[in-house]
Amino acid sequence: MTDQPVVSLAGVEKEFALSGGTTMTALTGIDLDLRRGEFVSLIGPSGCGKSTLLRLIGDLTQPTTGTVTVNGKPAPQARLDRDYGMVFQAPVLFDWRTVEENVRLPLELTGQERAARDARVREMLELVELPDFARHYPYQLSGGMQQRVAIARALAFSPAILLMDEPFGALDEMTRERMNSEVLRIWEQTGITVVFVTHSIPEAVFLSSRVAVMSARPGRITQIVEIDLPRPRGLETRESRRYFEMVTEVREALRGGDGGAAPDASLASIERAEAEGVIG
Amino acid sequence: MGRARIYLLFLLGVLVTWEAAKFIGGDPWRYFGWEWRPPLKLNVLNDQGLPHLWDIVDTMIGPYRRNADQSLFVHLGIKALYTWREAAIGFVLGGLLGMSLAAAFVHSQLLERAFVPYVVASQTIPIVALAPMIVFFFGNNVMSVVIIATYLTFFPVTIAMIRGLRSPDPRALELMRSFAASRRTILWKLRLPASLPYLFTALKITATASIVGAIIGEGPGAIQGGLGWSIIEFNQQYVTNPSKLWSAIFVAALLGVSFYSLVRLVELRVLRGRPEASAG
Repeated sequence: MTDQPVVSLAGVEKEFALSGGTTMTALTGIDLDLRRGEFVSLIGPSGCGKSTLLRLIGDLTQPTTGTVTVNGKPAPQARLDRDYGMVFQAPVLFDWRTVEENVRLPLELTGQERAARDARVREMLELVELPDFARHYPYQLSGGMQQRVAIARALAFSPAILLMDEPFGALDEMTRERMNSEVLRIWEQTGITVVFVTHSIPEAVFLSSRVAVMSARPGRITQIVEIDLPRPRGLETRESRRYFEMVTEVREALRGGDGGAAPDASLASIERAEAEGVIG
Repeated sequence: MGRARIYLLFLLGVLVTWEAAKFIGGDPWRYFGWEWRPPLKLNVLNDQGLPHLWDIVDTMIGPYRRNADQSLFVHLGIKALYTWREAAIGFVLGGLLGMSLAAAFVHSQLLERAFVPYVVASQTIPIVALAPMIVFFFGNNVMSVVIIATYLTFFPVTIAMIRGLRSPDPRALELMRSFAASRRTILWKLRLPASLPYLFTALKITATASIVGAIIGEGPGAIQGGLGWSIIEFNQQYVTNPSKLWSAIFVAALLGVSFYSLVRLVELRVLRGRPEASAG
């Protein structure tokens, strides 16, 4: 059971229909297995389909060919079984709900009894270190605090997998580094499997057990870099020689995968796809 | 300066302007043996077109008809409450109809394409053309007036709610999908709360529109208990006593402002905590 991958993608390909009857291949030949409790980052240039790959795992979009298996089930079943927690770049908090009501939202859908639900909300707010802000409204919190609420909400019904789509991309560098340490602490406390999309190399290296390096046109995984930095990771990690070596390795992998300039035509089609909102 | 003081000061300004205009272009002023002949003579400003404020007040505090105990103001106030009851029922029915239509349209493109043109077309028919038919169908009773008020209120609510129910961030919808929320749950927990600022904008419009609808509807329906009937009556007496119609106009305006303010108070209560609540 423990040997079975939590997430398994086999021969996954994703095409998007563009206006005018043409299609664009966003992802091709994706084979990826995630082990239980792993922290995997997807990194690559914009247009490489890393967000699309995350959305495929979460069944927010479906592959054109290939299969996505989660906990031994097809992805749609896993979504219905509430195996996923989702965190986006923006916190997407409901501004008419207080912090605790936002965290409670997923639990309201499960029909859990009130006392258990409230206890769980408190537990989650303590996990993200915001118990004093339970009654605040989202607009009263800073960007970093809002994103912590979003994480608490995603973890509320103990999903097996946490999907994070550039969650700290909108935060300043200082807040981002603090949030990185927060996420590692939460990951270590909960033992959850994390898939983390980013375009920051230092962030990917600091957080991950493995970094999947992707390239664009068409989107694919070119290399998987094992990050063997010791845990727990902290400030010393960011200053260690091994950390810089790993950052360099990922950077070279990124450059190696898609070094040459892209033909103009395909670049244009990717920009079009982005403009039409089919990839992001 | 307090808000109440600003309102009062502005009201005083309007009243002073009213009399100042009459002082410049109205009929001669004759009081206590003193006479003033305004330099200009404008029809709209003579005592027939724009009576002196004290004449209107005098009419309002006087008996509503010869030898009656009740003052005109109290008499009109009772009629205003009667009209308000019709308007309020129409307001609620129109609001519910508008919300239901919008919810149906947002969930079904087919329904939206098929019915929105008729909803729009219905609003181009003047109510005076429709009122006789409504009275014919529903009879000479309050029901007809309620239907007319409903007819004038459902449209702004429909249009605003279509927009409001579609207002959530696409990622908020994806978040709900990741929670395996049903369409019904998404409607109740996301679309509806997100649409409330839009709803209240529409309700503030329809609060006044429903009163206009009720006043107009009382004519063809021959409903004599409300403000509409008084307005028709005083219309006919305008040449002999213009102050009576002006009194009815003031009471109708007071009713409209009161209903609007009531909706605004409810809005402030319902939208408390949201950043947009403070914006009128």
